[in-house]
Amino acid sequence: MSRKDGVTIIKTTTWSPGPGCHGGCGVLVHVKDNKVIKVEGDPDHPWNQGRLCSRCLSMTQYMYHPDRLKTPLKRVGKKGEGKFVPISWDEAFDLIEEKMKKIRKDHGPESVIFHQGTGRDIGGWISMLAYAYGSPNWMFGLSGISCYTPRLMMMSITQGDFAVVDASQWHEKRYDDPEYKIPETVTIWGQNLPATCPDGFFGHWYVDLMKRGTQLLVIDPRCTWIASRAKLWLQLRPGTDAALALGFIHVILKENLWDQSFVEKWTNAPFLVMEKAAGPALLRESHLRSGGSDENFVVHDAASGDFVVWDSKDQSYEQPDTTPSLTGAFSLTLADGSSATVKTVWTRYQENAADYTPEKVSEITWVPADKIIQGARMYAKSAPSALHWGLPIDTIPSTIPTSQAINHLWCMTGNLDIPGGNAIARYACDVVTYPYHAGGAILSLPDEVAKKRIGMNDYGPIKDFRAWAQPDKVLEQIFSGDPYEIKGMWIQTANPIACTGMEPGKWRDAIKKLDFTVCVDLFMTPTAMLCDVILPAASFLEKDSLKAWWVPLQAIKKTVDVAECKSDIEINLELSKRFMKDFPYESVHDLFDSLLASAGMTYKDLQEKTWIMPPDGHPSKPYSRHEKGLLRPDGKPGFRTPSGKVELYSSWLEKWELAPMPYHEEPPYSPVSTPDLFKKYPLILCTGRRMGPFFHSEHRQIPWLREQQKEPVLEIHPDTAEKLGINNGEKVCVENWLGKITVTALTTPIIHPDVVMAEHGWWFPEKEGAEPSLFGVWDVNVNQLIPMSNEGKGGLGAPIKSMLCRVYKAKG
Amino acid sequence: MSTYAMLIDYEYCTGCKSCEVACKQEYHRPAGRAGGVEVQEFIHRLPNDQLFITYIPTFTRACVFCAGRVKQGMAPACVKHCMANILTFGKLEDLQQQLPEKRKAILWTKG
Repeated sequence: MSRKDGVTIIKTTTWSPGPGCHGGCGVLVHVKDNKVIKVEGDPDHPWNQGRLCSRCLSMTQYMYHPDRLKTPLKRVGKKGEGKFVPISWDEAFDLIEEKMKKIRKDHGPESVIFHQGTGRDIGGWISMLAYAYGSPNWMFGLSGISCYTPRLMMMSITQGDFAVVDASQWHEKRYDDPEYKIPETVTIWGQNLPATCPDGFFGHWYVDLMKRGTQLLVIDPRCTWIASRAKLWLQLRPGTDAALALGFIHVILKENLWDQSFVEKWTNAPFLVMEKAAGPALLRESHLRSGGSDENFVVHDAASGDFVVWDSKDQSYEQPDTTPSLTGAFSLTLADGSSATVKTVWTRYQENAADYTPEKVSEITWVPADKIIQGARMYAKSAPSALHWGLPIDTIPSTIPTSQAINHLWCMTGNLDIPGGNAIARYACDVVTYPYHAGGAILSLPDEVAKKRIGMNDYGPIKDFRAWAQPDKVLEQIFSGDPYEIKGMWIQTANPIACTGMEPGKWRDAIKKLDFTVCVDLFMTPTAMLCDVILPAASFLEKDSLKAWWVPLQAIKKTVDVAECKSDIEINLELSKRFMKDFPYESVHDLFDSLLASAGMTYKDLQEKTWIMPPDGHPSKPYSRHEKGLLRPDGKPGFRTPSGKVELYSSWLEKWELAPMPYHEEPPYSPVSTPDLFKKYPLILCTGRRMGPFFHSEHRQIPWLREQQKEPVLEIHPDTAEKLGINNGEKVCVENWLGKITVTALTTPIIHPDVVMAEHGWWFPEKEGAEPSLFGVWDVNVNQLIPMSNEGKGGLGAPIKSMLCRVYKAKG
Repeated sequence: MSTYAMLIDYEYCTGCKSCEVACKQEYHRPAGRAGGVEVQEFIHRLPNDQLFITYIPTFTRACVFCAGRVKQGMAPACVKHCMANILTFGKLEDLQQQLPEKRKAILWTKG
C-alpha cells in the first residue's frame, strides 16, 4: 500500500533477528526511500491483534544502528585482538570454502561444529549447511540442551506430540470462536509471561484470558506481576518442581480428581509391569508367548481373568470386548516357564505417588502443605484447565522426571487436546521450518557419518529424539580430541561467551583453540570478537523467510536492504552449494516452495496471503485428534507413541534404561545434597529470568531499550541484604567455587530471602571489545558460576537455575 | 468543545513499556529523556501481607494525545501498541461510560 507522502506500508510477520524473540507477530512496516521509518502492529493479525512489544517498536534503531556489521570481516590480528578488515562477500565465501574444505579433507566433515543459539529462524538453515558440508555435529550450546528440548522430548515420548496451552491461537477469531472455551484456570509454572514470548507463544495472551475470567495458579520462586495477580501463588524452592508435581499427583489420586475415562481408554495405565530382580519391566507379548512381539503389551481382563495382548500395530486387543483391569497384582507363567508377579501400571503409579505426601513435598519444596493441596484441587477441579510451563523445567539435571510428572498432570485430568486445555501443537500445515529430528531436515546424511554425532552413543534421548550434538560432550571433545579432533566451528545466531555457554571461559578457550571459526551476526559480540571471519546478517525486515511454529503458517518478507547484510538463509544456501555437489536448490525461493509442498502452495502464494491457519480437519488443527485418527501415521485413533497410548509408564525411558515413572531428585548443589558447600555459599543462585527490553544477550546497544535498564542487577531480599550490610543500588560480588561477578544489588521483596536472582546475557557494547575485556563480559556474566558437564541423565538438563553462591559488598 | 481523555485500566498493566517506546518511535524522541508517557512501578505489601505489584502509565507534559494521528482516525501510538490493551482514548463523557465496574482505574484528561 503506497501513500501520498511516499510511504509504502508492507504487511509482514516477525521472526528474529530484530526483536530477538521466537516471533509470530504481524507488523505493518512503513518504508520511505528504501528505508524503514516506522514499525507498527498489524491489527488484522490474529496473533498480536495490533499490539507490539518495545523491542519490535525499536526496529529502526536496531536496523540503522551505527555499530551494525555492514560487510564481511576477516581477522588480521591475533585471535581476540579485535583487528579485522572488511572483505567482499566473494572473498569471504572463497575463504570459508577453502578453509572448511581443507578441514573436511584433512580431518573429516565431523570435525566442524555448527553452533546455533535459541530457536529462531535458523534451525532449518544451519542443519542444511551442516549436512551439505557433511557434518552431523549441529549443536545448540546450552549445557544439557536445557531449553525446551527436554520438555519437547518428554512430551514426544509420553503423548507422541507436543502440547501447549490453548489460548485460541488456532482460530482466526481467537477468543470469540464458538469452538473455543476460556480456561477456568491457567497454571503458570515457572515463567514470567508478560516479560517474554516463549516458544511459539505471546505472553500477553494470558492477560487477555484474565480479562475474560481465567483465574491463575502461579508457581514461581519470585512474586512476579502475574504471580501477584494469581488466585494462588506457590513460592517453591528452585529445582524442586518434580516434587511439587508429584505432590499434586498424590492429591489428585487420593481425592479421585483424575479423569477415569481418559486414563482407562487412552493411557497405558492398564498395561502390566513385571516385578523382576533387575527391576520392573513392561510385560510384553514376547514374555508371554514364544515368538510373541516385543512391541505388543499385555493387560488383565477383568471379566474373564485372562491375560490379553494389546496389539500396538492394530491398536486393538486380541480379544474383542476386553475390559482391562486398571488396578491389581496378578501372577502368571511366562513363555520361558518361569512364574512372575505383575501389577498394572496404574497400581505402580499409585504406589509411586503415595510417597509424595503434601507434608513430605512441603519439606522438599518450601511450599506449605495446605497450599499444595489447594493448588492440586484448583488445577484438577477446573474445567478446562490449562498448564503453561517454563524454562526452569529444563534447567535442572532432573528435567526428564520433572517434565514427565507435569506432562502427566494434563493427561490424567483429561485436559489434552481439548478447547482451553493443553492442545497438541504441530507445525501449521505440516510445514517444517525448524526440524527436531534429522528426518525433518532439508538434507540427510549417510549413516556412517550420522553415527559420529557427538553424544548420541552416550545418551538415548540424544540418539533417538533430537538431531543435535550434545554440547557438554562437544566441549569436552574439543579439548580431549577423543574419539576425534574438532577443528572448526560455524557460529550463527549464538553468543556462547555472553549467553548460552556455561563456564564461558572454557568456551573462549575452545573457540580460540580451533583452526577456523566463522561467526554470523548483526553486531560485533564477545563471541564474534574471537572468530576468524564474521558475516553480517540481515534483520527480519531485510529477508524473505517463512515460519510455521506452531500457527499460523506465515511469510516473512524483505522490505529493504541494509548495507551488504545477507540473510542467514542466503548465506547458508550459497555455502551449501559450494560444499555439496548436486545441492538441490538454486535459490531460497526454490527451497521455500519445496518446504511449502505439504501446504499445497508456493512461497509466492504465502507472501500474498501473509499468513494462513490450517484448515479444519487437518492434523495440525485441534481438537480431540486422538479420537479422530489424526495423530498417527496409520490413521487409527490413538497417539503417536510405541503403544499408541499416552505412556504414563514410558517404554522409551525403559529402553534408554532410565526410570520409567517420575520421581524427585535433589539439584546437585543444594542445602540438601551439598550441606558443606551450602555453609560456605548459603544462598541459592537462580538466573535466566527474562528482561522485557532485552532478549537474552541482545539489544544492549539499542538506546530506547537500554535506557530501560542500564546495568545488570542481582535481585536480593531486603532482609537478606540488610544482614549482609548491602544497600539497594550498591555493587555486590556474587561468588562461588567456579567464579565471581560484580553487579548491582536490587533489593526487592518479590524474591525469597534464601534465593538471589542474577540476570543473564549481559555484556557492554560500549566497552572495549578486544581481549581481555571482550566488552566487559567477564565482570558480569553469571554463567561463570555455573558448570558445564553436569548434564542430567539422558544428556538433558543442567543446574542452571539452582546453584549456590555467597554475596558481599564489592570493595571501592 | 469536548474534553479528551485517556482511560487507564491499570489493573492489567504489566509494565512492558510498549507505550513508552511507541511514543518515542512516533515522535523520534531521544533515549535518556521522558517521552509522552512513563510507566511507574509500585510493589505494595498489603495489610494481609500479600505482595501486589502495580504499574501505572503516567502521561507527561510532552504528551499531545497524538493529535495528528487522532485527526487521521488512528489511535494514539501508545493506545494502539499497549500489549495489555489497557489504554482507551476518547471523549471524556464516552469514557466515563466505559469505566470498569469492579476495579480501580484512572481517567487522565486534557482540555
